[in-house]
Amino acid sequence: MDINHLSLETLAEKIKSKDIKPSEVVEAYLERIKTIDPEIGSFLLVNEEEALRNARELDERQAADDMEGELFGIPMGIKDNIVTKDVVTTAASRMLEDFVPIYDATVMEKLYKENPVLLGKLNLDEFAMGGSNENSYFKEVKNPWNTKKVPGGSSGGSAAAVAAGFVPFALGSDTGGSIRQPASYCGIVGMKPTYGRVSRYGLIAFASSLDCIGPMTRNVRDNAKILEIIAGSNLKDSTTMPDVSSDFLSTIDRDIKGMKIAIPKEFVDGATDEVKSSILKAKEVYESLGAVVEEVSLKKTKYIVSAYFIISSSEASANLARFDGIRYGYQAEGVDNLEDLYRKTRSEGFGSEVKRRILLGTFVLSAGHFDAHYLRAQKLRTIITQDMNEVLSEYDLIMGPTTPSVAYDLGSKLDNPLDMYLDDVLTASSNLTGMPAISIPAGLNKEGMPIGLQLIGKHFDEATIYNAAYQFEKKVNLHEALKALSLEGK
Amino acid sequence: MSEINKDIVKHTANLARIEISDDIAESFTSELDKIINYVHVMDELDLEDVVPQFHALNLMNVMREDIPEAPISQEEALKNAKQTENGQFKVPRML
Repeated sequence: MDINHLSLETLAEKIKSKDIKPSEVVEAYLERIKTIDPEIGSFLLVNEEEALRNARELDERQAADDMEGELFGIPMGIKDNIVTKDVVTTAASRMLEDFVPIYDATVMEKLYKENPVLLGKLNLDEFAMGGSNENSYFKEVKNPWNTKKVPGGSSGGSAAAVAAGFVPFALGSDTGGSIRQPASYCGIVGMKPTYGRVSRYGLIAFASSLDCIGPMTRNVRDNAKILEIIAGSNLKDSTTMPDVSSDFLSTIDRDIKGMKIAIPKEFVDGATDEVKSSILKAKEVYESLGAVVEEVSLKKTKYIVSAYFIISSSEASANLARFDGIRYGYQAEGVDNLEDLYRKTRSEGFGSEVKRRILLGTFVLSAGHFDAHYLRAQKLRTIITQDMNEVLSEYDLIMGPTTPSVAYDLGSKLDNPLDMYLDDVLTASSNLTGMPAISIPAGLNKEGMPIGLQLIGKHFDEATIYNAAYQFEKKVNLHEALKALSLEGK
Repeated sequence: MSEINKDIVKHTANLARIEISDDIAESFTSELDKIINYVHVMDELDLEDVVPQFHALNLMNVMREDIPEAPISQEEALKNAKQTENGQFKVPRML
């Protein structure tokens, strides 16, 4: 039995029926991490001892038929910008290299109730700023499909770990595409839920009006399951929406005959030929399932990156003001006075991409620039929302590529930040508007690199997204390719 | 005309309490200049009468019951600080 490539659902069943012990599962995953992750770099911390201790405890409960929890004995990895009590949480920054949180994020509390086993914390771009995972202070992550390529970012460690079979599921966070873009580059399923669906309490803040936590898995059903578990309103995050249902699995297998799907011309026009043809094939798959797929125009597409960059950098510059070297985190030595402490701590503790964004944000918020940049960007956000709402008033979903191209070579965009920012063009609109969006594997290109299909839905209508994604996956899936993904010797 | 120059970058870095060397200021100037030039694409839109949207959801005045809970302990609160004294955060002199 190839434990590392079973779906979460099957794994949970096998544990509940006592076919397999939680410790066997955890050992199999830890073994694979030990052998292969040195090549990939997805884990910042492997929680080995604690995970094994936890698993043996679950073994005893399994023997005693006391197996509560939907994730009983299931291993998991968590992006390292989500705080975990007593487990070092770094946000891949020197600033938080030795930070030990004194509380759990709300998503962790919800997961722990289901009795999973935390295998460790996953690599990311520092403070989730970046699209290639090359901005981690500690180490870069490589794409398991081809270790010369980037895994995407900022949730690059989460995507690589799921694709490589190091964990059956991981959590990521998405501010402008940070779950969906790496999911697309690594050939897995990544969901950015509706803003307000999942509590942000305990997510180290980047841009608070855009940040979302979401699940990353190898298939659609597993993804829906994890979102059902982590969703829900929460007193500790007043931007969570009360009274919305988080049931996605009961409708996931519904017939999608007659479903209306829009393909924005602008989303496809900017993509490479191989991505374009993959999306056109996806269109045919949906038509064969009885959906009505039509081309539409989202005319504001070319303004999305501008609005996104101004807003996210502004919010980041405010959020990252808290790192002062006093209460937690890195502290510079040899300083003369308080002012000097702030300056040296922040200069030595933050990496250059983080500094670049803090400076951009500080600049656009400073006197004389606020109206010209920040306010205009927020107005643009209104117009982008209207543009998308108009389409979604006539269609159930918007579909298109997740990214304009497949994963690129490590190092190839490092000297050109703007080039890397432009990658967010197809993903950032869902963050600006708060709409839910998923990336699922649509196929492989000639070199065998994955191409992602993105489905965007109405606010709080993840159920329709999962339904359409699952029906597509039944026709086209990369599971066999993922299993064949031979990492040994790469 | 470019909105960004090295002096503005150094001034902005000072506002953000970040020290940058002349070399870095140079490269940040050219990078930020490219980015600011790029975002000016939005100037071609007439946004005069558009109401800005600061948030994706229409939630307002979210209230909750005021239920007293045990606060975090002083020891826990200080756990991640590099310097403490008499149960308090310690900082260098102000001036």
